Amino acid sequence: MALTEKMTGSGVRSAAPAVAARRRRRAAETRAGYAFLTPWLLGFVLLTAGPMLASLYLSFTSYNLFASPKWVGLANFQLLLQDPRFVQSAKITATYVLLGTPIKLISALAVAILLNNSHRGKGLYRSAFYGPSLIGASVSIAIVWKAMFIDHGIVDQIGQFFGMSPGGWVGNPAMTMPMFILLTVWQFGAPMVIFLAGLKQVPLELYEAASVDGAGPIRKFLKITLPMLSPVLFFNLLLETIHAFQIFASAFIISGGTGGPAGSTLFYTLYLYIRGFQDFRMGYASAMAWVLVLVVGIITLLFFKSSKFWVHYSGETK
Amino acid sequence: MTTAGVSPSSVTQASSALLRRRHHNSKRIKSVLFHTFVVAVLVVVLYPALWMLMSSLKPTADIVGNVSLWPKGASLDNFAKALHGIGGVSFWTFFRNSMILAVGSVVGIALSASVSAYAFARIQFAGRSVWFALMIGSLLLPIHVVIIPQYIIFNNIGLVNTFVPLLLGKFLAAEAFFVFLMVQFMRNLPRELDEAARIDGAGHVRIFTSIMLPLMKPALVTSAIFAFIWSWNDFLGPLLYLKDPSLYSLPIALRLFVDQTSTSDYGAQMAMAVLALIPVLLFFLVFQRYLVEGVATQGLKG
Repeated sequence: MALTEKMTGSGVRSAAPAVAARRRRRAAETRAGYAFLTPWLLGFVLLTAGPMLASLYLSFTSYNLFASPKWVGLANFQLLLQDPRFVQSAKITATYVLLGTPIKLISALAVAILLNNSHRGKGLYRSAFYGPSLIGASVSIAIVWKAMFIDHGIVDQIGQFFGMSPGGWVGNPAMTMPMFILLTVWQFGAPMVIFLAGLKQVPLELYEAASVDGAGPIRKFLKITLPMLSPVLFFNLLLETIHAFQIFASAFIISGGTGGPAGSTLFYTLYLYIRGFQDFRMGYASAMAWVLVLVVGIITLLFFKSSKFWVHYSGETK
Repeated sequence: MTTAGVSPSSVTQASSALLRRRHHNSKRIKSVLFHTFVVAVLVVVLYPALWMLMSSLKPTADIVGNVSLWPKGASLDNFAKALHGIGGVSFWTFFRNSMILAVGSVVGIALSASVSAYAFARIQFAGRSVWFALMIGSLLLPIHVVIIPQYIIFNNIGLVNTFVPLLLGKFLAAEAFFVFLMVQFMRNLPRELDEAARIDGAGHVRIFTSIMLPLMKPALVTSAIFAFIWSWNDFLGPLLYLKDPSLYSLPIALRLFVDQTSTSDYGAQMAMAVLALIPVLLFFLVFQRYLVEGVATQGLKG
């Protein structure tokens, strides 16, 4: 850097030249550090930290994008609790997170264990199972899902074969949740790949020693596989949980942007979008956004706090 | 041992050969069972994607409720309709817009994330650990907490209905995940390389451009693939910022298409859904190793 060279070039008279030189070098390093960090730093201040503070401010105001924001104190947060649509959106999102994430991770773990062996073609299977994770959140797949689960759609055809009554899942408030859970479970490939990477790290000697001691497959799974996988499980659980809170595109497409029928697909971020960008209640939407941040933050904290009871780190793990 | 006269060694030899064969057979049976089972699961899992693909070739009347994958009288009519576009805007305009956004994202992220990551990984500077902690903290932050003020700002400076709001963040490394990925990668590169270069008088710019960047190729490729696919599939960003159909990216064009053909022209919808995914599928086929390894080692999501 021209700047750094200029700095080291200008001599500073000092009783201890070595100390001064070190200080100069350190100052030059700091300047270089910030020079390199500039893109991220600008982005962080202008697009993350600044807007976060702004939305915190807005959450205490009434703002419709046209008139200037009006301070209303905690009114938005009080309104949230009295808003049946908000309560509904919080409820269905919580249901979705609590059911969808565990089912998805159990499927991911089951298939990972199935694939973790010496048979050939493993790499190909792994890639094929991963495929849906790449496209599952896209608009295209949302359209396909809707077409599959619609009245007289193929899911109806298959369901009738098993004695289920037809009528489609898309228009049935009781069935939309299972439909969305199936959509997220369908994308089990990404956590499966992470589980597989974790399984590869489990030393085979442990299983051999357990076999010598007469342990069966279930005992081996509970006493070896699960503890050894716990860091990976922790990672998957945290990421998938936070991710699940933010389901948007598929809910928007399948419900046509309304969250219907009967609010059964009014996921949290969809309601936030409707409040902010259709009703232009920006203050209210900001309050919703901050509630989401707090919930996600508390969950993250709980995960980390609880991890010392169930996550076992052995040697070097990231 | 009724068969007298047969030496014991030949008996054991014969039985061990038998055992070996039996073992070999059971291994083969196990292998066949394994592959049959996995393929069966795979068919179930991939069915929706296959159904989409095959339905795009069927006439509309033959799509809803038809479980069969095989189209009776396949035709490309649906694709002709999809390529025609919506509201006077051709499919290729949407495709071009998506491509500009995706390529812009790749370039922006490759530049901004690698430079910023170098600062975190290789430069000792005052305040580094604080910024690093903030960067990690922002990894899990739901974007919804920033979209409203961002929208207000971009609206006030008249940048709604341009690509700027969708690309600016990429050039400012706002997706911290890529910075994190590259920091992790750089930390694993041997420090002796840049120390040697420093002794030879190279500054950070030299070290970054002629030592780090070439070595970072795998991390850059992984980032580029994910940056492309994420941008290509992004729905919320374009939904917020692109108002004029001639600026639409494919996902929101697709949504408009579905809304306008509510008389349920499923054939054309399927065809457009397939067309919108083709670049992602191509990336998947070409780079599946990179993709899967990226997920396995970095925990990148799809």
